[in-house]
Amino acid sequence: MTTFFEDIGIGDTLDLGKHTFTRDEIVRFAEKYDPQAFHLSEEAAARTHFGRLCASGWHTAAVFMKLWVGAHAALREAALAEGRTPARLGPSPGFEDLKWIKPVYVGDTLHYSRTVTGKTESRSRPEWGLVHSDMRAVNQDGKLAFSFKGTVFVERRRDYIPSA
Amino acid sequence: MSDLIHYEDFAPGQRYELGSLAVTYEEIIDFASEFDPQPFHLDEEAGKASLLGGLAASGWHTASLVMRLLATGLLNGATCMGSPGVSTLKWKRPVHPGDTLTAAAEVLEKKDLRSKPDLGIVTMRVTAENQAGTQVLMWENAILFARREAAA
Repeated sequence: MTTFFEDIGIGDTLDLGKHTFTRDEIVRFAEKYDPQAFHLSEEAAARTHFGRLCASGWHTAAVFMKLWVGAHAALREAALAEGRTPARLGPSPGFEDLKWIKPVYVGDTLHYSRTVTGKTESRSRPEWGLVHSDMRAVNQDGKLAFSFKGTVFVERRRDYIPSA
Repeated sequence: MSDLIHYEDFAPGQRYELGSLAVTYEEIIDFASEFDPQPFHLDEEAGKASLLGGLAASGWHTASLVMRLLATGLLNGATCMGSPGVSTLKWKRPVHPGDTLTAAAEVLEKKDLRSKPDLGIVTMRVTAENQAGTQVLMWENAILFARREAAA
């Protein structure tokens, strides 16, 4: 999506790559942001229905963002190397239907992807459009573990901007 | 266990104050460097040039900070058994260094779980406002809680 708003197609899919969750990073994230027993220690997790230490759902989401930014940085570099101007990416107003479907345990590897599902023009910000996507992460067993419907501002082509 | 808040103790309309925290520049850079290294989360000038109007925390960072308040302010004193997801989340305003976030959770509805008689599901609206009283974040999510006694 370093392509401009106008050039993005419904159904466009981007492989965001994989991430393996280590015990250290699961505990480090949980200590800072989600200090519940089942995210902090094996002993405490064993006494809950999770059975084993598992990552905070917000950690699973933060890693999505890490991989999304990394994938777009690589596309941006490639565009610059080819002499193309990459589109700027803006912030996100929010998301819908975020699902933590499977627990993410120590050593699990999630494979994240993004598929474009829709586009909306921004009336208040003519330089920008909103791109809607399904974000998914599949674990090493091929099971869908995490998904949400995300939205992000993407720059429009100059020649499409009414006021330009 | 008896002093923990159980599923039976929740009722629609209840509101829990979750406390406050200050968001520091160092924390914003630290989180963004690891999880969301976009220029407007790392650099003041890039932030000013963006839709955010100044260096601003990653939205996932804001959500994670509010999660901390939800855990320490409510869930760790209750029989929380995790959450299946977040039906909606809105990042309403940017969060800048030095902002103080104050969070609250309101019970929207509760539902017995036929498949798991020892658990119930409580839907909450979690909100955070800044020091000016402006809401910066809102989400709604279902949270599982153990029951004091299994449903008949």
